[in-house]
Amino acid sequence: MPQMFPKSANILAGASLLVGLLLLASLTWSGLVYTRSSYGTGTAVAVVQPVPFSHQHHVGVLGIECRYCHTSVEHSSFAGIPPTKTCMNCHSQIWVGSQMLEPVRESYRMDRSLRWQRVYNLPGFVYFDHSVHVQTGIGCSSCHGRVDQMPFTYQVPTLLMEWCLDCHRDPASRLRPREEVFNMKYEVPANQRELGQQLIERYGVRSPSRITSCSACHR
Amino acid sequence: MHDKSEHSPPIDLGSIHHPDHGRKHWRALEETLAGRPESERHCADQPEPNDGMSRRQFVTLMGASLALAGLSGCSVKPAPSTEIVPYVHQPQGMTPGRPQYFATTMTFAGNAVGLLVESHAGRPTKVEGNPDHPASRGATDTFHQASILTFYDPDRAQTVTQTGQTRTWSEAWAAIRPAMLRQRESRGRGLRVLTETIVSPTLAQQLEALLRELPEAKWHVYEPVSRDAALAGTRLAFGELVNPIYDFHRADVVLSIDADFLQCGPGSLRYAADFMDRRRVRATAADAKRATMNRLYVVETAVSCTGAKADHRLALRPSQIEDFARAVATKLGIHSGGAVAGSLDPWVTAIASDLGSHRGHCLVVAGDRQPPMVHLLAHALNDRLGNVGSTVSYVPVVDARPVDRVESLRNLTRAMDRGEVELLLILGGNPAYTAPADLDFVKQLQKVSLRIHHGLYVNETSYQCHWHLPETHYLEAWSDARAFDGTASIVQPLVQPLYQGRSAHDVIAMFAGSTETPGREIVRSYWQHHWGRQHGQEGFEQFWQDALHDGVIANTASTPKHVGLKDGWQTPLASGRAKSSPAEQTESDGLEIVFQPDPTIYDGSWANNGWLQELPKPVTKLAWGNAAIMSPKTAGRLDVTIGPYAHGGEHGGYSMPVLELSLDGRKMQMPAWIMPGHADGVVTVYLGHGREQAGRIGGAAGRNVGFNAYRLRTAEHVWHSGGLHVVKTAESQLVACTQAHQSMEGRDLVRSATLARFRASPNFVMTDEFEHEHGELREPRGSLTLYEPFDYAAPKHRWGMIIDLTTCIGCHSCVVACQAENNIPVVGKGQVLRGREMHWLRIDRYVEGPADKPTHFFFQPVPCMHCENAPCEYVCPVEATVHSDDGLNDMVYNRCVGTRFCSNNCPYKVRRFNFHLYADYATPSRRLQFNPDVTVRSRGVMEKCSYCVQRIRRAEIDSRTEQRSIVDGEILTACQAACPVQAIVFGDINDTRSTVRRWKESPLHYGLLADLNTNPRTTYLAALRNPNPEIDT
Repeated sequence: MPQMFPKSANILAGASLLVGLLLLASLTWSGLVYTRSSYGTGTAVAVVQPVPFSHQHHVGVLGIECRYCHTSVEHSSFAGIPPTKTCMNCHSQIWVGSQMLEPVRESYRMDRSLRWQRVYNLPGFVYFDHSVHVQTGIGCSSCHGRVDQMPFTYQVPTLLMEWCLDCHRDPASRLRPREEVFNMKYEVPANQRELGQQLIERYGVRSPSRITSCSACHR
Repeated sequence: MHDKSEHSPPIDLGSIHHPDHGRKHWRALEETLAGRPESERHCADQPEPNDGMSRRQFVTLMGASLALAGLSGCSVKPAPSTEIVPYVHQPQGMTPGRPQYFATTMTFAGNAVGLLVESHAGRPTKVEGNPDHPASRGATDTFHQASILTFYDPDRAQTVTQTGQTRTWSEAWAAIRPAMLRQRESRGRGLRVLTETIVSPTLAQQLEALLRELPEAKWHVYEPVSRDAALAGTRLAFGELVNPIYDFHRADVVLSIDADFLQCGPGSLRYAADFMDRRRVRATAADAKRATMNRLYVVETAVSCTGAKADHRLALRPSQIEDFARAVATKLGIHSGGAVAGSLDPWVTAIASDLGSHRGHCLVVAGDRQPPMVHLLAHALNDRLGNVGSTVSYVPVVDARPVDRVESLRNLTRAMDRGEVELLLILGGNPAYTAPADLDFVKQLQKVSLRIHHGLYVNETSYQCHWHLPETHYLEAWSDARAFDGTASIVQPLVQPLYQGRSAHDVIAMFAGSTETPGREIVRSYWQHHWGRQHGQEGFEQFWQDALHDGVIANTASTPKHVGLKDGWQTPLASGRAKSSPAEQTESDGLEIVFQPDPTIYDGSWANNGWLQELPKPVTKLAWGNAAIMSPKTAGRLDVTIGPYAHGGEHGGYSMPVLELSLDGRKMQMPAWIMPGHADGVVTVYLGHGREQAGRIGGAAGRNVGFNAYRLRTAEHVWHSGGLHVVKTAESQLVACTQAHQSMEGRDLVRSATLARFRASPNFVMTDEFEHEHGELREPRGSLTLYEPFDYAAPKHRWGMIIDLTTCIGCHSCVVACQAENNIPVVGKGQVLRGREMHWLRIDRYVEGPADKPTHFFFQPVPCMHCENAPCEYVCPVEATVHSDDGLNDMVYNRCVGTRFCSNNCPYKVRRFNFHLYADYATPSRRLQFNPDVTVRSRGVMEKCSYCVQRIRRAEIDSRTEQRSIVDGEILTACQAACPVQAIVFGDINDTRSTVRRWKESPLHYGLLADLNTNPRTTYLAALRNPNPEIDT
């Protein structure tokens, strides 16, 4: 019986095996890339809000401190979104005619809450606590980025568990002195590792094995 | 899904239970029947609830759902986008993200208890006891815990209705007002108000003011579970109505005559705490000789929690109890006759001499179900024994209208029959369902021309009325209440009413024709007046704020009254047996029947509460329904045997024969249940079941939960009666019972001894009797493991829990508290029948002694043991259950794929699996109750006790932000906080000053199944008893 396949079929067979493997690898790779992509994680996407609030203007230009609005950041798991009253402290005096601020005034007038879109969405089984992070020297900008340069607020990190664990496994690389926590312009010093070790001692930051226990964040 | 045969045979325990050297503990009768031939143990034609699904269908569906499950796992974004809705004006003192606690008071069955209610962003989620309130001292019972679920119950009455049609309050008032005006003309001749027990001073004042205005109107009071006999007893003894208050702290010897003072009735939380304070043994081995305990004798019919904790428990028929009480009194010099059978003579003598030798330090307590004569005897005994002023004192009754409940309802029905009642206002309660059967309440009710019912639910009574007015829950309206000792406190609402409910204060104000005043003003003005009488107008605001903040109004406890036995108090004793005690019966006569409020759904008012329906009854372990409970001997007489369990897999459903009970020509059917320790010749039935209009949980006509025992209850025999005839029918029914679930196969799980033995050999828990089994060491010498040992040295915390089996009264408050705190779902009767209830904490009940005459009962709460060598962790293929760094056995829900290997490998059987989507995400109001700090688990996920890890982490974070260390006692697990007797302690074992560490060093300390080398973090203190050596049991 003559050969059914020409000799070149060997190359085809080998090539198709290779292509198959490559396809599998690229599928896995693209899956991994997808989950980390801006599209998959929602990073760097400005969220449309009922009022086009600009952190750049309020923090960067006017220099309002974080805690003026996010009052409970040091005492609660939730940093706090300001009540309309906080907005009106100033905006009953300035920009009183601005069309942009009409939803704020309406909220105040009608006693009806503003409905902000959450920018940092954590899954339901994650219990993040702002207070303990602020107390142990994690700066606002470490997670929220330079909000003083953001006209519209967007999510900076991926919020994937690997991102949390990066820091929980090695807190020394991220800690800063408590008095620098709210400083947006804080620069990581050259001796960060040394400083981080000192701060771990000073603030009693617990060992990586303790803060990477499942129930530290999942309950 | 189980791949077992349709009727899997019971495990043959005969070979392994009752080890020769161990204690004779067993849990279900089925275990003691293990020696019987297989054919007797289960019948082939038992009903098997059918899934209606073949194997082929199952595989098809499973394949489809797997494919869909895979799809649903994909989402474009890591988490769905949500909104943040801040306040417009943020309330003062509120930090977003942190719960607030408000003091309030819950009144139930005339029993007011102060509470602290946790509120997350304005929605109440969890109830805790108020440590400053004398009736709570920080503890709660099952009803308080479950009240939060009732608050969010979507079946609560939401709007005003007129014969089922939705109306508004103003329409209701427009219809009622002309009738009220007519009543005003006739000075209220045709007006009747029917209430439940009222302990709110403001409401009482409002009602009295209404009666003053309309002097011919009448106020009736009815409640199916009343304290009529107890009050009548004080009238017999002292010539006036008083309320006895007990001080169990001072009592060395207690005789309870059918009184379940640890579990039921006003002040029970406080009594249980005081009683167990005198029973808790914390002696070290060195000073064990000085250890003391009080002693408890209980005479009762069915087994109660109090009876289960007794050092000596005597099961008597109701007809024998009065004679027994008389015999004890006669021995102590009160000539009251009363002959008892010869076999009881040693009991009478021993109890009398024990009481007699503890004059001033003993106590006799008579139960509410006993006739006034027994109460008279108890008062006389306490008087003779010098206990008045020491262990018992008398205070004025807090009940605003202490009339005989049954008599009051009878008068009302007679008046209705005569056509004298034109306008009837029923404030709360459900008399159409609970009224004694012979009063024909519903029939007479039809003769009233305008009937109005005000209540939390549209129930059987509402259906018999023209108007139903929705009532507010205690968490959404203002009121006040007096506790058992007279202490007043404010009922402070936490939220605006969810629906259109109004409180009783509002309704009475409306009837009194006063202008619309908010409930807060009504209550506040009462107390302003009260304050003004003593102090003038100065300082009221501070007083009011303090009252709200503390949850207790200072200096309102009643001062004890000096009452003495009245002249001629002995006369009633001479007149012979009380009428309400049924005559002595013989074997050939009928049986006796005892009516009891259900331990979990009470008189039926909690029937629509899923937590309480599913909660196993403390001693019988029945859930979802009631049964005719009898002793093994009586069951033998009636040819009743405990049925086979009806499902493969774990136990849960028993097929029981249905009995027909007939009493005075009234008949009803219900399945039988056999309870060792129950008195022979008596059948006990729980009231409150078989509701016709309760709601989606509690049942409706055609799909009842349990059987309505009110049908047999007459005004003459409210609590017990003779002349019961029982016939076994050919039918059988499935009874849900968690009794032999997760059977631990007869090993020595509860270790116990007498106080005398403890004194002689303090280390008895480690003696040969307990230490060895199957030739293995009970306590491993050290932790044996192939794995790298964990390092738990300080400054790490080493969380641990100890449960004291001496003090645990088996009340199940911890189980409901756990359910509320940890978002544990209700699964329904069908799933309980398959052994799939989800309680993270269960209470095992063990019985010691022969089945027909058990000597002792033990309760053993079993949460997760948080083993240091946890068997579950080694078998999980996805590391969904792992150790935390501080030694907690964490459960990671989002990793769990539902293999259930962990549950299979858990020797304690404390893991619970979501076989279906049990969590209720769908009901909007129900979702509001969820604790936001705990994940709500979905289908296919394993779950179990987490030691309330959310509370641990909260305390850790708080201590870090406040830069301090965690204080012992700062973290209370939900079960521990609810426990009335502090039987559960939780803390850091590394902390040498912690309570948990001190308890761990007690000679009574032992680990459950520690021979398995699991090294459990949850451990136990052995149960001690203090029996009287003169009684030989």
